Formats: sequence, C-alpha cells, structure tokens
Amino acid sequence: MTSFNELATEKITIISGPYGSGKTNVAVNLAMSLAESGLECRIADLDIVNPYFRSADNKELLEKMGVTTLVPEFANTSVDIPALPQNYQLLFNGSGKSIADVGGDGDGAAVLGLSHDDYIEAGYKMYFVYNRYRYITAEPEGALEVLEEIKRASGLDFHGIINNSNLGLETDEEAILNSIPYAKKLSEISNLPLLFTTAPDWLDIENTVKIKDITKKLF
Amino acid sequence: MAEKLLMKGNEAIAEAAIRAGCKLFFGYPITPQTELAEYMAKQMPKRGGLSLQAESEIAAINMVLGAASTGARVITSSSSPGISLKSEGISYIIGSDVPCVIVNVQRGGPGLGGIQPAQSDYNQATKALGHGDGHDIVLAPNSVQEIATLVGEAFDLADIYRMPCMILADGALGQMMEPVDFEAKPAREIPEKDWACNGHGGKRVHNIVNSLYIEPEKLEEIVLERFERYKKLEENEVKYEEYLTEDADIVLVAYGITARIAKTAVRNARKKGIKAGLFRPITLYPFPAKQLNELADKANCFLSVEMNMGQMVNDIKIAIDCKKKVYHYGRTGGMIPTPEDILAKIEEYSGGNK
Repeated sequence: MTSFNELATEKITIISGPYGSGKTNVAVNLAMSLAESGLECRIADLDIVNPYFRSADNKELLEKMGVTTLVPEFANTSVDIPALPQNYQLLFNGSGKSIADVGGDGDGAAVLGLSHDDYIEAGYKMYFVYNRYRYITAEPEGALEVLEEIKRASGLDFHGIINNSNLGLETDEEAILNSIPYAKKLSEISNLPLLFTTAPDWLDIENTVKIKDITKKLF
Repeated sequence: MAEKLLMKGNEAIAEAAIRAGCKLFFGYPITPQTELAEYMAKQMPKRGGLSLQAESEIAAINMVLGAASTGARVITSSSSPGISLKSEGISYIIGSDVPCVIVNVQRGGPGLGGIQPAQSDYNQATKALGHGDGHDIVLAPNSVQEIATLVGEAFDLADIYRMPCMILADGALGQMMEPVDFEAKPAREIPEKDWACNGHGGKRVHNIVNSLYIEPEKLEEIVLERFERYKKLEENEVKYEEYLTEDADIVLVAYGITARIAKTAVRNARKKGIKAGLFRPITLYPFPAKQLNELADKANCFLSVEMNMGQMVNDIKIAIDCKKKVYHYGRTGGMIPTPEDILAKIEEYSGGNK
C-alpha cells in the first residue's frame, strides 16, 4: 500500500494496537486523508480505558475538515467514564466510511467484542499498529502477545500490520529504517501482511507513507 | 549507548525503579499515575519482585513502612488526593528513619480536584508531607529521560540519608511519551543497612524500627540528630539547572514540566532582545537557595512560573533575602501555561525595577 486511503476498503476500518503505538495518530491521519479525497467519513473514539490522549482531543480539527467525530458524550469532562459515544450506531449504518480508534489491549478491545456481530455484518478491516520503540511491545513477540489478546477480546480478525515505529519528535530516518526488519518479523509470526511503514511528514524516506503528528505540543 | 525507547513518564518511573533494584511496589490506582501501577503489576512478577494493589493508599504506605524497615528498596505511587491519604504513614516513615521512594503524579486540587496536570502539591511535598518536625527529599524531573536517572538517584539518596524521597511529577509528565535511554547512573556508595530488621540469626541484638518515643528528652535528641542529617543533605545534594542566567535581567524560576514551557518562553524572549534566563530547581527540598541568592545580585527581578497559585514564591523570596522583586505567573486546576502566556509576562515585568 502507498496511502492511508487504501486501508478503507470496507465499511469500517478498525485501528488497534498497543498503547503508545500511535494508533490514534494513524486513525486521525486516515480520517484526514479520506476527507481530503472528498470521501464522507466519521471517526469513533472507542478508547474507553485511557482518558488522557484520545481522538476526542482532535474533534475541532477533524470537524473543520468535514469528518464527523463520534466521541463519548462526557469525554474530557469531569465524568470521563468508560462509555460509548451516544451515536455509536452511525459507525455501522451511517453513509460513507467509518473509522474506529480502539484502546490498546484486551481490555480496550472488549468494546469491539460487545458489537462483534455488527462489525461482521457491516464489513470491517482491522489493522494492528506496531511501534518498534515502545518498551514492552518493542520485540515482535511482545507485540504478537497484544495482538492475540485483542483478537481474543474482540472476536475479530486482523487484516494487516501498519509499521508506525517512531520516537516522537526524535524520529529520524535511521530509526524508521531500523524498525522495518522487526515489523517484517511481526508480519511473519502473525501471518499478516505488512501494509506500509509510516514516516513523520518532516522526513523524506522512500517507500514510506507520510504521517502528520497531531498530538498536542506543550512547548 | 543503548537504543532509545519511547515511554510514558509513568512507565519510565516504574522501569527505572526496577532497574534501581526495587523489588517491591505497593500502590492503589488513581489517574494520572495508573500506568505506573499497571507496569509494576505486569513486570514485577517477571523480574523477581512483587507488586501489590493494596486496599487503600493508607494500607499501601504502611506496607511500604514495613518493607522499608527490612532494608528492602520499596516504592509507592499515587496522585494528589492519594498522597494526602498517605501522609500519616509518610510521617511514620520519617520518624522511623527508613528509606523509600514515593511518587506523586500531581493532578489539580484541592479535594478530588481534576485529573489534569498541576503542581499544586508543592507546599505539601516540600513543607508538610506529614506531621512533625521532618523532611522528605523532593526531586522534580522535567522529562521522561530525566525520570530515568532521578528515580535511581532517589533510591540512593533515600538509602544514604535514611529518609523518604519523593519524585514530584505531574499528569503531563506522567502521561507524555518521550524517547528514553536507561544509561547506567553513576554508582553511589550506599552505607550498609545495619539498622534493618531483616533477621539476626541469633548473631546480633534485635534491631527495632519505631517512631514512638514517650520521653521528650529522647525524642528531641532523635529529632536533632535527624536535622544534622538534613544539614548535610542541604550542603551536598542540591541539584539545579541554569539556562541563559549569566547576563539575565529577568530570571524565571520553574521546575518540572513547567520549566520546559518556560525555557521556550525564555528562548523567544531572547529573540526579541529581552535578557531572560531560566533557573530550574531539580531538588525542591533541599531548595537551591544559595545559588538563587547569588543570581539575585545580578538579575533585576524573578518570575516564578508554576501550575499553582504561587506556592514557590516564598521559597524564592527567602532564598534571595528579598533583594529583588519576585513575580508569579501560574495556571491552576489542570490548566497548563503556554509559552506565549509566559512571554507576555516576561515582557510585562522585564521593563520594571530598574
């Protein structure tokens, strides 16, 4: 694959992966990419575990681009409780494409298991976001454990791996290139295709897909 | 140099503790420090340690007291309201002269407050973490990388001075992800723990760890001995960082995450031709008073930047003998100041006091 848009072959694209793999960034980039191509899409923030960094943070940016955001009603308020967005059903029956940003382990993925039949009926593709530089899930074997955990909790299948290896602002060409053999290893042991490797948009690296960093900067 | 990894501040605290030889974690979940407890729960059993979710913060800190009495390296962590609950136990730990590390990933207060970052436990951490005459060491890292070295240092300081050492972080630092390299920290000489209650095998007299002294003469003597140790700590263990203070007219004083925002503001002020500098206390107790006092002979004024209502201002005033004006700029309740906000204050105050 050479672009985010190619991920969205089905009604629903599920972006999952360990905490800190950058799945929210991948999900938001996919939404922005679809919107830029003039496609109708919505993004659902289904991270019911961690209230600190989530798609809901980017609501304003996304809505400006024409992306509908489905966020828990109380996200980022005093009662940020594990709850699904009120208009969650739009994920399955809204027109155009849907993206689900799911919390990063078995507990986070339990939310998928809850609507397991709906995802199958609507049609979905689920992708695993891998980051070679996240401590516990750096090794392909560690990442595979989380992948299997998500599969068990969701009852859904993965369709590919996105290598989103990064060191935040210190990401450089070497870091990206060094990560590729590990992503390939994960692809091999998981029997899933490695779809593409991302690179931050300030780097020009052959055979990578550019990704914008949408996290809030404090300084 | 080892390969860098991307870690959350909370995870880095836990990992650095395990690498420092900490075998015991007792805690209770609370946002925004829960990843620390989660990391310990997952990693400790795999690495020869124990992680226990106690029934409350009060139980956890008393488990720390017990474990610390055996000479083991032990850590507990919480966020603001949970630290308040621990304060009785912390006082007992101070009164028992046992080492431990306590982590506060601060959130907005008072009361249950909020879950967003704050520094409004500065006074609690540096002045009165528990009742009685006593102190705890307070370290304020400003990055995930600095966490990796300061956590090990916290264990060493706690062991050397036989007192609790607090890592005072905040929700931003706990939650943010940055590259980190767990390079070996220079090894420090740790005195033998001949006071520990770790089994005497019939070969020596019983050690007793206790904080109850009914005779006032005895209690006073023990407190005085403890303050002799504090004096050594104040003389030898002050840590700070200076940035462009050499010729600064206005010196910003900030710690933790706020210091990084202030640094950007200082850089931007310099671009505008304003001679601004940054003084960053890394140890909040012992406070770098001597160094600030020297700066007060050169600078025109000070600006304390904090995520609270000005809790460090008095410490700066005392440190500089009120030689110069000390201003304050802060956000509170979980709000984070921006470099632009701080720059506006630098511009406002740098013209004054000439």
